[in-house]
Amino acid sequence: MKAVCWNGANDVRVQSVPDPTILNPRDAIIKITSTAICGSDLHIYGGYIPTVQQGDIIGHEFMGEVVEVGRGVNNLKIGDRVVVPSTIGCGNCHYCQHDMWSLCDNSNPKGWIEEKLFGNITSAIYGYSHMLGGYAGAQAEYIRVPFADVGVVKVPPDLPDEMLLFISDAIPTGYMGAELCDIQPGDTVAVWGCGAVGQFAMISAYMMGAEKVIAIDRFPERLEMAKKFAKAEVINYEEVNAGEALKEMTGGRGPDACIDAVGLEAHGVGLEDFYDQTKQKLRLETDRPHVLREMMVACRKGGTLSIMGVYGGFVDKIPFGAAFNKGLTFRMGQMHGQKYMHLLLQMILDGKLDPSFVVTHQLPLEQAPHAYHIFQQKKDNCIKVVLKP
Amino acid sequence: MTSTSGDKLSTSQTEASEVERWASLIGGGAMVLMGLRQGSLRGALTALAGGGLIYQGATKQSTIQQAQEAIGINQPIKVEKTVTINKPADELYRYWHNFENLPTFMKHLKSVNVYNEKRSHWIANAPLGNSVEWDADILEDRENEFISWASVEGADVDNSGFVRFKKAPGDRGTEVKVVLEYNPPGGALAATVAKLFGEEPEQQIGDELRRFKMLMEAGEIATTEGQPSGRS
Repeated sequence: MKAVCWNGANDVRVQSVPDPTILNPRDAIIKITSTAICGSDLHIYGGYIPTVQQGDIIGHEFMGEVVEVGRGVNNLKIGDRVVVPSTIGCGNCHYCQHDMWSLCDNSNPKGWIEEKLFGNITSAIYGYSHMLGGYAGAQAEYIRVPFADVGVVKVPPDLPDEMLLFISDAIPTGYMGAELCDIQPGDTVAVWGCGAVGQFAMISAYMMGAEKVIAIDRFPERLEMAKKFAKAEVINYEEVNAGEALKEMTGGRGPDACIDAVGLEAHGVGLEDFYDQTKQKLRLETDRPHVLREMMVACRKGGTLSIMGVYGGFVDKIPFGAAFNKGLTFRMGQMHGQKYMHLLLQMILDGKLDPSFVVTHQLPLEQAPHAYHIFQQKKDNCIKVVLKP
Repeated sequence: MTSTSGDKLSTSQTEASEVERWASLIGGGAMVLMGLRQGSLRGALTALAGGGLIYQGATKQSTIQQAQEAIGINQPIKVEKTVTINKPADELYRYWHNFENLPTFMKHLKSVNVYNEKRSHWIANAPLGNSVEWDADILEDRENEFISWASVEGADVDNSGFVRFKKAPGDRGTEVKVVLEYNPPGGALAATVAKLFGEEPEQQIGDELRRFKMLMEAGEIATTEGQPSGRS
């Protein structure tokens, strides 16, 4: 089959690889009909996620059709149309049973790497480094799905892929980002990053009772999308100081909750951005925490920071005094997709949510290298690419 | 009234014996750990199994151990690791108690044959395609709580170990603790066997316990071996 393989920083290639096979009783093989490039794939593409190896198949946001099931899978059959959550949960451990699927104890066969680095093992993620399991990813014609009897969501045949694909990852991530804010009626929520996750976080924040949502980005087309589809007020941080603008827009208080939908490759402005970029290039810090710093200073006293953008290692120059003295609450983590997917599917079926607006590019799988390039460089107004194997 | 207080009495008696049982188990565990710290797991395990002679056994063994260390032979390798498994202790105990199941999740074992209630024959993979064998006896066996074993005279690798199953707090299942000790033998086998558990024995045992947890909780051991990649 054809698959997108990582060959080093900023170098992905479409290669011929063997088809996946059933390796465990609870496995299924899915023929992929649509797979997206996620913003967090850019961290892999750029070479910032440790333990990605040359030749690894990447990608984790996908849907398709069941073509084979293991003997331990009784609730799926060949021909079922399914969406699969990007984080892999076994369904049986303490964490899965308490709906914290991305903290699964049992899905990561290479957990010792993570245990050394993070102290504990979290769930595996498709195509997202060996530290996080080393599973082959979804930007391919076929994929092996472990623990397919749990988490996988069957979807009806009459809606297009673009309506359903994003309940695999981007929508539950945005939704969880808003849920972690514990939004009270009348709250103002600020969202850093207007990619797909940011857009869905804004829409979710309104659904949960926010009175005002403020979006922060630097690309006019993304801010335009946030205005038009997510009904957000917007700040272009290259034109105005985001911190001061947020104060002005919230009566001097600061937003009640702040959502980070950017993660470790955040851009800042001026000296601070130069400092982070240089330190990261010299490998003196792994992650650029610009958004984290800005949120800690901008948030109102006693407010909440909800961090959905991915971080992988160590950050530097964090204003922890601000966070402490202002009594901020930090909530974060990889999304627990399995907890939210049925609810989100129902919203789409009920016509309350149409996520297809985020798709700016639809390309054949063969054009993955081009797709990664324009997505990373934000060329051609690229916000979300869907690849068709 | 009388019957109520009688009930209470009998309840508290049951509780007392339960407490006593746990106290002895914990005390036993402490002895084992003390034995470990002093150098010999087997000594402590044997002493525990024998009862009565616990203190003497442990100290005596440790004296021998100290003597051996002083002349620079038989430096034992000890590892201990604990994992919490979301299953009741009796289920885990039952699976473990049949030693023939151990190679399913212990990659360093090739096979275990159980001869009888007490004795079993173990074959382990050693580096460079070699294997080592030994007979082991169960020293102590407390249902759903504790199993200890040790190799018998003439083993390729002198080794001993125990596994303890303890209810985890807050409905989190069972804490499974494994302690293993082995003495790399002298002579020609030494080099082959020195790395029986790889460069980092703690990690190997940790991996094996994690696979046990996967098998018990998820019914299978997560793997990526045999999946496609673009590596030529």
